[in-house]
Amino acid sequence: MSIDWHALFTVFAVTLLSTVGLVGVFTLGVVGLSRREGGAAALSRTGAYVCFAACAAAVAWGIYLIVSK
Amino acid sequence: MEHITLLIGIVIATALVFDFTNGFHDTANAMATTISTGALKPKTAVAMSAALNLVGAFLSVAVAKTISGGIIDESAGIKPEVIFAGLVGAILWNMITWLAGLPSSSSHALFGGLIGAVLVAAGTHGIHGDAVVMKVLIPAAAAPVVAGLASTLATRVSYRVGRRTDPKATARGYRAGQIASAGLVSLAHGTSDGQKTMGVITLTLITGNALAPHSDPPLWVIVSAGAAMAMGTYLGGWRIIRTMGRGLTDIQPQQGFAAQTGAAATILASSHLGFALSTTQVCSGAVMGAGLGRSGAVVRWSTAGRMVAAWVLTLPGAGLVAAGAALLADQGKWGVTVVAVLALAACAAIRTASRRRPVTSANVNETDTAEPQGAVTAAIAAVAPPPPAPAAGTAA
Repeated sequence: MSIDWHALFTVFAVTLLSTVGLVGVFTLGVVGLSRREGGAAALSRTGAYVCFAACAAAVAWGIYLIVSK
Repeated sequence: MEHITLLIGIVIATALVFDFTNGFHDTANAMATTISTGALKPKTAVAMSAALNLVGAFLSVAVAKTISGGIIDESAGIKPEVIFAGLVGAILWNMITWLAGLPSSSSHALFGGLIGAVLVAAGTHGIHGDAVVMKVLIPAAAAPVVAGLASTLATRVSYRVGRRTDPKATARGYRAGQIASAGLVSLAHGTSDGQKTMGVITLTLITGNALAPHSDPPLWVIVSAGAAMAMGTYLGGWRIIRTMGRGLTDIQPQQGFAAQTGAAATILASSHLGFALSTTQVCSGAVMGAGLGRSGAVVRWSTAGRMVAAWVLTLPGAGLVAAGAALLADQGKWGVTVVAVLALAACAAIRTASRRRPVTSANVNETDTAEPQGAVTAAIAAVAPPPPAPAAGTAA
């Protein structure tokens, strides 16, 4: 009986990176939307939408993973 | 579907009942934090989860084919009676843990039940010991740790990045994100857990010679399994939702989002890389991780300890009940009848007991500090011997 440490570690690494990455990007988006004053508001709003688009792409990728199995 | 005997009909019905209990037991996984942070109203949340579970059931049949060949050796002469006994063990364990409001793994209950019944009926050669360790035990230990660490870190990062924002202004954004990741968890749950029941029904049909070996599940099996799980999900296991959404820690929208995303990422990564983790343990671990990630949040270790004790007891507990049921069911028709009657009586008794302190969609978000601990301990102690419990409690 051998424990598949490689698979375990891969799951761990992928989960950690994708979770922190996704939550981080989404938080950036939320922060960008909450800036309403000043000249940089439009810029940060655009940045926020880019962040949300990236998250939506990740969700689509997740659904693709479920379906493609 | 050619000739289906009464016994096989009973087994299929039992499998669908298990699927139903699986549904309401696991509603909490996707929706507990969504409900407790107010991202969705309780009824809306369970309706959405039910719909996505149903959709998920139709997406793939890959897992359904692994249940028979993986852990249980079909060549050891598995009869429908044995599968029936295994299902009864799994259903009763799900009912007991639901009464106690503890999120335990429905998949472990199913595996434990099948393993216990097969051990009694066919002996140790009916079980692939290696597969049990690799596919059940190690993932069980790894799931909450992986998901918990991921969502702890994600919560920290999120609070650090968003430290200059007003929590009230940003809560709406996090709630929206939470709904998306909860939807993903529901979909993945429908795909993986729905298929386990399909696998069991298909295995039954094969053992009863109603289907050729190595067949795909027929369409009516997929439809009925998906529908049973969706109905269970819509009913909502409010007791477990309360424990997970309120009992473990106080969850803010930002944490709920981090926890739910961590859970979705863990489930998808693990199932895609061939290391299927229990949805329940992943989600509970993620919620606790999110609790640890926010400074000032309280993680209730006593609730967590009881939950971990239930995890440890699930495999042996469901196995013991199933072993007893298998002993009886193996005696012939009267044995199967006795098991069915006893199981129905036990379910009715548990339902009656639950009425004394009902938890519904209306009061699911009220914190209930005076939980009926006596009933919990008694119920678990009655099903499995107590020694493992204290060890698990302190380890948590």
